[in-house]
Amino acid sequence: MLQTTRTTCPYCGVGCGVVASRDAAGKIDIQGDPEHPANFGRLCSKGSALGETLGLSERLLRPEIDGTPADWDHALDTAAGRLRQIIDQHGPEAVALYVSGQLLTEDYYVANKLVKGYLGSANIDTNSRLCMSSAVVGHKRAFGADIVPGCYEDIELADLVVITGANLAWCHPIVYQRLVAARKRRPELRVVVIDPRGTATCDIADLHLALKPGTDVALFNGLLKHLAEKGHVAEAFITDHTQGATATIEVAAQTRLEQTAEICGLGIAELQGFYRLFAAHEKVVTIFSQGVNQSSAGSDKVSSIINCHLLSGRIGRPGMGPFSITGQPNAMGGREVGGLANLLAAHMNLDDVEHRAIVQDFWSSPKIADRPGLKAVDLFEAIHAGQIKAVWVIATNPVVSMPDAQRVQAALEACELVLVSDVRRDTDTVRLADIVFPATAWAEKDGTVTNSERRLSRQRGFIPPPGQARPDWWILCEMARRLGYEGFDFQSPGEIFDEHARLSACANDGRRGFNLGGLTGLTKEQYDALEPVQWPIRPDGSGTPRLCGERFYTPDHKARLVPVLYRAPRNAPDGDYPFVLNTGRIRDQWHTMTRTGLSARLGSHLPEPFVELHPRDALLCGTADGTLGRVRSRWGDIVVRVKHSVEMPRGSLFVPIHWNSLSASDARVGKLVNPVVDPDSGEPEFKHTPVQLEPFTVDWHGFVLSRRTVNCEAFAYWSKATGEQCQRYELAGRGCPADWSAWGRALLHATDTQADYLEYVDSTASLYRAALILDDRIEACIFVSPRLDLPSRQWLAGLFAQDRLGELDRISLLMGRPSDPAADAGPVVCSCFGVGRNRILHEISAASLTTPEAIGQCLKAGTNCGSCVPELRKLIAEARSAA
Amino acid sequence: MTEKHKLVVIGNGMAGMRTVEELLKLAPELYDITVFGAEPHGNYNRIMLSPVLAGEKTLDEIMINSPQWYARHGITLCSGDPVIKINRRQRWVMAESGRKVRYDRLLLATGSNPFIIPVPGHDKAGVISFRDIQDVHTMLEAAGQYRHAVVIGGGLLGLEAANGLRAQGMEVTVVHLLDTLMERQLDHAAAGLLREALESRGIRFAMGAQTEEILGQERVSGIRFKDGSQLQADLVVMAVGIRPSIDLAQSAGLHCQRGIVVNDTLQTFDPKIYAVGECVQHRDAIYGLVAPLWEQARVCAGHLARLGYGQYQGSQVSTKLKVTGIDLFSAGDFNGQEGDEEIVFRDLRRGVYKKLVVRDGRIAGAVLYGDISDGSWYYDLMIEGADVSELRDVLIFGQAFAKAAPAAA
Repeated sequence: MLQTTRTTCPYCGVGCGVVASRDAAGKIDIQGDPEHPANFGRLCSKGSALGETLGLSERLLRPEIDGTPADWDHALDTAAGRLRQIIDQHGPEAVALYVSGQLLTEDYYVANKLVKGYLGSANIDTNSRLCMSSAVVGHKRAFGADIVPGCYEDIELADLVVITGANLAWCHPIVYQRLVAARKRRPELRVVVIDPRGTATCDIADLHLALKPGTDVALFNGLLKHLAEKGHVAEAFITDHTQGATATIEVAAQTRLEQTAEICGLGIAELQGFYRLFAAHEKVVTIFSQGVNQSSAGSDKVSSIINCHLLSGRIGRPGMGPFSITGQPNAMGGREVGGLANLLAAHMNLDDVEHRAIVQDFWSSPKIADRPGLKAVDLFEAIHAGQIKAVWVIATNPVVSMPDAQRVQAALEACELVLVSDVRRDTDTVRLADIVFPATAWAEKDGTVTNSERRLSRQRGFIPPPGQARPDWWILCEMARRLGYEGFDFQSPGEIFDEHARLSACANDGRRGFNLGGLTGLTKEQYDALEPVQWPIRPDGSGTPRLCGERFYTPDHKARLVPVLYRAPRNAPDGDYPFVLNTGRIRDQWHTMTRTGLSARLGSHLPEPFVELHPRDALLCGTADGTLGRVRSRWGDIVVRVKHSVEMPRGSLFVPIHWNSLSASDARVGKLVNPVVDPDSGEPEFKHTPVQLEPFTVDWHGFVLSRRTVNCEAFAYWSKATGEQCQRYELAGRGCPADWSAWGRALLHATDTQADYLEYVDSTASLYRAALILDDRIEACIFVSPRLDLPSRQWLAGLFAQDRLGELDRISLLMGRPSDPAADAGPVVCSCFGVGRNRILHEISAASLTTPEAIGQCLKAGTNCGSCVPELRKLIAEARSAA
Repeated sequence: MTEKHKLVVIGNGMAGMRTVEELLKLAPELYDITVFGAEPHGNYNRIMLSPVLAGEKTLDEIMINSPQWYARHGITLCSGDPVIKINRRQRWVMAESGRKVRYDRLLLATGSNPFIIPVPGHDKAGVISFRDIQDVHTMLEAAGQYRHAVVIGGGLLGLEAANGLRAQGMEVTVVHLLDTLMERQLDHAAAGLLREALESRGIRFAMGAQTEEILGQERVSGIRFKDGSQLQADLVVMAVGIRPSIDLAQSAGLHCQRGIVVNDTLQTFDPKIYAVGECVQHRDAIYGLVAPLWEQARVCAGHLARLGYGQYQGSQVSTKLKVTGIDLFSAGDFNGQEGDEEIVFRDLRRGVYKKLVVRDGRIAGAVLYGDISDGSWYYDLMIEGADVSELRDVLIFGQAFAKAAPAAA
């Protein structure tokens, strides 16, 4: 009996439909939902591996108070009691919630209701602050509401797609694949990628503008000026439906083309090329994401993009528009319920008396927040200062993800009461909690999410919650009740959704774009059967693919062009910190790895934290490729693997955001990031921190593969990744043990002298290799060398799958190379099918393959999610240049 | 026809006869050769006595040269007739039988004597050494009549004796002064493995034990240690080392220290007299193993044949224990010196232990236990002084793997 459930992927903001099937034995199969309009059946590497992240080994399964297990009543009563005490003593402003774009809309709704209507403060902010709040400001300034005008289909219908500040290929793979497919159908579709780095997305770029970090406003102001001067103004639209065009053009025109080129670090011809392309195509979609938003000028960057679309009238019709692609599965839902410190609820505004009345009346709540609360960075600063004495962190990991993360850690350490709701029993943030609540995880959750194209989709649980895990909405409601509040008697997420939908429609005369009026009064069955639909939702239940054609949500229903001037990122590099740090995601990991870190397939693509930089910059720093480096900013420092890449612009370093204290010794990039924010959106400048890089010298490098957990806290450097049948630890140390053998045995749990333990010791050369065998199977192995010449982890990890090691294996094991070279497939390139680099290179030369498609035919690589296609193309080039 | 030169060889052992064989190849007609031997046999392979004792080989199988061979080459063999005097001025030697033979060249190959610890009772019946065919006979006889054997000395010879006696059915205890067996051939780790292997065959060990007295009336009945404890023994085999047999040379006034001192041509301080084998001290070294003898014999024969350009510059030695089922190899300076580098491989379940000592990028020594298939490869690399830096990472995995694998990636 196969039980099949349609649900939604919990990773990026594309919001792909997923079909989860569970057979009688409980085995789960994950496929893309062919019916879902976001992905039509496709899934990326992360989505495809969802089934591998459902294990319970790392799950938090019961509440804990001060590290001691407790039942729900006790935990909730204790938490409520302590909260009540703080509220009574210091006022509701002393309490804050810090939540997440990973929450479902229903969870988010009750959290927001609790804070804004009952505590009466607005101290609820979210990790969405870190990712798209600049887009919110840009949208609201231009359209009068936080509205994404278009839909995914527009990307396919466009003649020109501009991708700026988004590595779509890795971070929003399915949207990227839709674009790739569209371009295949219509080769005339042009793609411009604007990114300081040469990313995988550049694979399909007709033009790549490697602008200087943070100079987008100058670039798009230049475009606006070009459009104005060359007669590409949509006169009628501007006159009838906008305001501010003249002033905006005036400001933009202050900067000459030469100056723009200088600011952006681009050639005049390059700039003009881009401007002409934009001018020449009516159907233009500009996709933007964190590269635009995460900036001290993020809101202005968004405005500068929207300005161009408004001026040229490239908005509100098929195939055109500015397109904010969100990072999280429900960043949009969070915005809709108002779960940010400067929003109220249902797209209503805190500073609007009328809106406040609507919401308070609707809730019949004792209070209503009347001024913005603290935004993420300020919120943790207030905790640090002791103003906020209690914080409840839900479904996020700020000790890893916030800027100046060390200070965030210090703030939580000193905070009087820290409540954490999470699915993991151990995270950097859970470690600092006084009380932890076990929340349900993706596969168990029920509710709705909204993706980047305003599309609501149901997330449906398909396995029962393990242990004492409970839905976040339930935990929040229980807490609210214990704090003495009415209005939280929800029995199901459907009831919450209904209230949310009714509030969106309440006193909504059409001036508020966000309206779920067509979805009110759903029965449980209707709610459960809800098909993906784009808001605003008409009374008949149908959705709205496009907005902002002619009508906007300002008082006069006209859009606003907003004059913006380029200003440099807040902190400029200098002699001490000569490089600019850029941060971002990698292809196969998600946020702080609490889930993707559980998948062996995903862990093998880029298993270690790294800093990427141009080889010539690396030369200046004295950091060879593959060695370790210490990246330091004024706020902190981390130690990561150095990777040379000619795709990196000079003067710029890239470090991924995913690693944390559980997965590496010291690689939380948040420690480095300057706590500088956009003045309007409060979004931190993650993409621009001055840093330096220096070699991190060690005496030896090594790695351990082990079925059992290995304690490597003592080493100068370590990082950990999940393998198929083993944990993989990369290690580096200072000082060599006097007795390698004793050291290795202790590390690998092989202290029993009778253990089947084979080893190779060359103390002088600091070479140590050993393996522990149990019942003829490899249990653990370790390789140490003073150089980086360590053997293939992939091949060795493969030995863990063998039931029995042959004599030859035993010998070749410590030699560090397979007796049969073909046995080493190399590091994984295609996560979906687990195809390794060596295998691909071998096949390319053996079968004279020249295209990624040909590789796909031979090895299947790249034929599922397609996000490795850029890498396949590089391998082909590599093989060709080697031949 | 002029009279041939006369060569007298004192010692019918492996070193002396190997020199004669080499000489016959180079200059078969040059000398009239007379060989004196103390033992009443032809020439036999002394290092194969252990397999004889263990019952794996017969005496016939270890004989090297038959009486016919001597006759065929015109060699006068005087066996069972030890030389008792050398007159260097008149250039003759005299044997116990009174036989006197003049020489133009004299070759001393008197070998060595087992060292008998001078503890009280060391001369009792049933206390023997392990040196020659007679000793083997004594042991085989004892094994037929008695039960308890004690071997004093946990070196190469002692362990071979112990293994042989055990194979003959005796209860054997090896008494060793130090804590580790075969300390001159094995490092601590390999010695431990060896001990375990021998223990599993039923051989017992008394380690760090100093023998103070051999007990018994006429015949030995036991031994007493310094700490007062005693051990029953019907047979005591002393295998605590050898002393170069130099009495004859000393009495002839030849310069001797621990052995008969020779130069790089194996010549003693008397230009007419050469010496080879275990009786020799060359560059301060005394050798008790077979390989150096072969090298000495070759050089010495060259000089005797008047083709004297070869030089002996000392030997790197390697050891194999002749105990069936125990594979053990050591060579060179396997314990290493300050500043030397060690490469170690252990796979105890397979019973494999290997250690290489590397000095200045070259192999200076090796100990192999359990898998000695690459012993000769390492030995050759060591003798050649080959630079193994390139091979270093794969060296210990053996020749087959090192050749198959490209240099470290």
